[in-house]
Amino acid sequence: MADVTPTPKAPRPKVGSIPRQPMPEQPPKVRVKNFKEVPYGLTPDLAILEASRCIQCKNPACVKGCPVEVQIPEFIDLVRQGKFVEAAKKIKETNALPAICGRVCPQEEQCETPCVLGKKFEPVAIGRLERFVADFERVTGVVEIPEVAPPTGKRVAIVGAGPAGLTVAGDLVKLGHDVTMFEALHKPGGVLMYGIPEFRLPKDIVQAELDYICKLGVKLECNVVIGKSVTIDELLAEEGFHSVFIGTGAGLPYFMNIPGENLIGIYSANEYLTRSNLMKAYLFPEADTPIYRGKHVAVVGGGNVAMDAARTAMRMGAEKVYLVYRRSKKEMPARIEEIHHAEEEGIEFHLLTNPLRFLGNEESFVNEIECQRMELGEPDASGRRRPVPVKGSEFRLPVDTVVMSIGNGANPLVPATTPGLGTNKWGNILADQETGKTNKKGVFAGGDIVIGAATVILAMGAGRKAAAAMHSYMMTGAW
Amino acid sequence: MFPIVECREIAKNVILQRIEAPRIARKRKAGQFLIVRRGELSERIPLTIVGSDPADGTVTIIFQAVGKSTAELESLKAGDSLLDVVGPLGLATHVENLGTIVGIGGGIGTAPLLPIATAFQQAGNRLVSIVGARTKDLIILEEEMRAISDQITVTTDDGSYAKKGFVTTALQELIDAGTKIDLCVAIGPVPMMRAVAEVTRPHKIKTVVSLNPIMVDATGMCGACRVTVGGKTKFVCVDGPEFDGHEVDFKELVMRNRAYLREEKEAMDRYLHKDGKCMGSAAPGAGTPGGAGKAVVTTGGVS
Repeated sequence: MADVTPTPKAPRPKVGSIPRQPMPEQPPKVRVKNFKEVPYGLTPDLAILEASRCIQCKNPACVKGCPVEVQIPEFIDLVRQGKFVEAAKKIKETNALPAICGRVCPQEEQCETPCVLGKKFEPVAIGRLERFVADFERVTGVVEIPEVAPPTGKRVAIVGAGPAGLTVAGDLVKLGHDVTMFEALHKPGGVLMYGIPEFRLPKDIVQAELDYICKLGVKLECNVVIGKSVTIDELLAEEGFHSVFIGTGAGLPYFMNIPGENLIGIYSANEYLTRSNLMKAYLFPEADTPIYRGKHVAVVGGGNVAMDAARTAMRMGAEKVYLVYRRSKKEMPARIEEIHHAEEEGIEFHLLTNPLRFLGNEESFVNEIECQRMELGEPDASGRRRPVPVKGSEFRLPVDTVVMSIGNGANPLVPATTPGLGTNKWGNILADQETGKTNKKGVFAGGDIVIGAATVILAMGAGRKAAAAMHSYMMTGAW
Repeated sequence: MFPIVECREIAKNVILQRIEAPRIARKRKAGQFLIVRRGELSERIPLTIVGSDPADGTVTIIFQAVGKSTAELESLKAGDSLLDVVGPLGLATHVENLGTIVGIGGGIGTAPLLPIATAFQQAGNRLVSIVGARTKDLIILEEEMRAISDQITVTTDDGSYAKKGFVTTALQELIDAGTKIDLCVAIGPVPMMRAVAEVTRPHKIKTVVSLNPIMVDATGMCGACRVTVGGKTKFVCVDGPEFDGHEVDFKELVMRNRAYLREEKEAMDRYLHKDGKCMGSAAPGAGTPGGAGKAVVTTGGVS
């Protein structure tokens, strides 16, 4: 990559004359045997070609579709000119974590949906280009540290070093504030580290983005469980912080509460993925934390996390991996790309299927799931057609490992130890959508702890807005 | 990094370590635990906090080397450091003046019992203690328990020291003698805690047990530590570790603690024969988390 000579002013082709450039990737049969990243990424030539497809709208709809308003046409034009490092710098003006967003953002629902080109042809591959320039910058080692404003004398505590917290930290440190991130686990990154697998988001890339945030001057204290090691009130009253941002995420796994769910071999997706990603259990016994290398694995759920769990099971040597989902493929919350990758890798989809109970052997290891077929009825509150059981359709799936991936609730640790902090009936912290302000002076919140389990980029968007409000609060004192 | 400032063997394969962890030392209360991680590829091991000194910022842990991870911990000396120490975790013991408390510690379980019994004693309760172990060498903290107890009975299963018999025998004798017991706190191997709960159940004596399931993050995020209490699933790390002993599904807990026996054995065998050399005999009870007792609350499997 480093040898590429920038091609100044690549010619603009006729609109729509070049097809959307696919991203080369590991073939399914090869990749299910390793934990390496699936796509190789665009080459510089492909990136320039793809960038030349952008028609540079005067009033770009793509930017409005991005929760952190990346200056999309500007960075793409720099790519077209071969100015990859400048392009990365342009993105980083509004997004501190482009290598991550280029990989895990649902661009098909955000920036790429409103792309004008997409009306007649295919939209510009904005995500792939973002990923390309971030990787180019990192690999060539010319990561520039932007200038930081003079110190304001204000101290900020960030609770949770996940996507929301990292965004707040990056924004506020650039404005001259003294920022400390507190992380409960032994590694920062939140879901980027413990949840999303290596083959979808390599951990050295996450680490590089974290290093960048720390190079900006953000301090990091791991192994601090806010609410237990120290409370929000103590941070403000005793540790001298002027404001606090809570971005603790959705870290309380749901179970179905059906018979047999506590049998051995039944994991929450959080546990399964934490063992595998954070604790590196796929390296056992080199790493100390074990994990079941099931031969017949069922993953219950239809979201991105379910796809991650199913594909992890495949890579750990499963012969069969079943995805059990109670609605049809159309209602799956997972990204199309993730569903497609899972199918390519041989995951068997059992759609319109709902578990009724788990059965185990004499040593309490799970060995079967009793399921029921479903059919779609009238739409429910979510607007999706409600699955209705089909009488007499019970059947059993033989399994030795099950991963429950049916969502996460709000972790109660912080609300339970912060007197007066307002929450809704699900335990999510009440915070203003535009500012992240909670009902407690000086305390802001954003990301999954506020809106419930969602995406990395939505958490970052909330962080961006909260950072602006926190800056204004600290500089003016006005709440 | 968290430096180990003191390290000594207080009984056969039972180690006491004092670790610098100022935030935890300031906040911890009786009944809470912490997580330690030795190195980059190590497990997260939950261990009960036995004591702390907020002034010098240290916490004290006591553990028994029963598997690879605890054997590795055992090999550390004062001056070494732990990569990660996090806490205090779990809910603190609910302490109030109830009258007479019977505190029962089985094996290594006496370590987590000590701070809880101390708290009840300081709250004005009369403290009757029963400290038991399989054999003489495994009795720990007898002097410390004696110092806070109004009455104490020490038992060994094999009669090699003090009174021969189980802790439940001593408890039954207290009940038979007409002792009015307002609360029983029992901590030790799961079978012991279950047996204590069965002794107190007919007499309707409220019995608190402290559970030792497998854990990973220990902040409520993963659910590895789920147990059934009163027919409902609870996460020991955030809802516990203490529960009503009459409501706990001990059978399920015993089973779930056996989840990684095979992996534990594999890890231990590998550790003992590293590079083809025998590393010595670290752990007679290797790979038996259920029998390890509290204080070595096993975490992911190879502790």
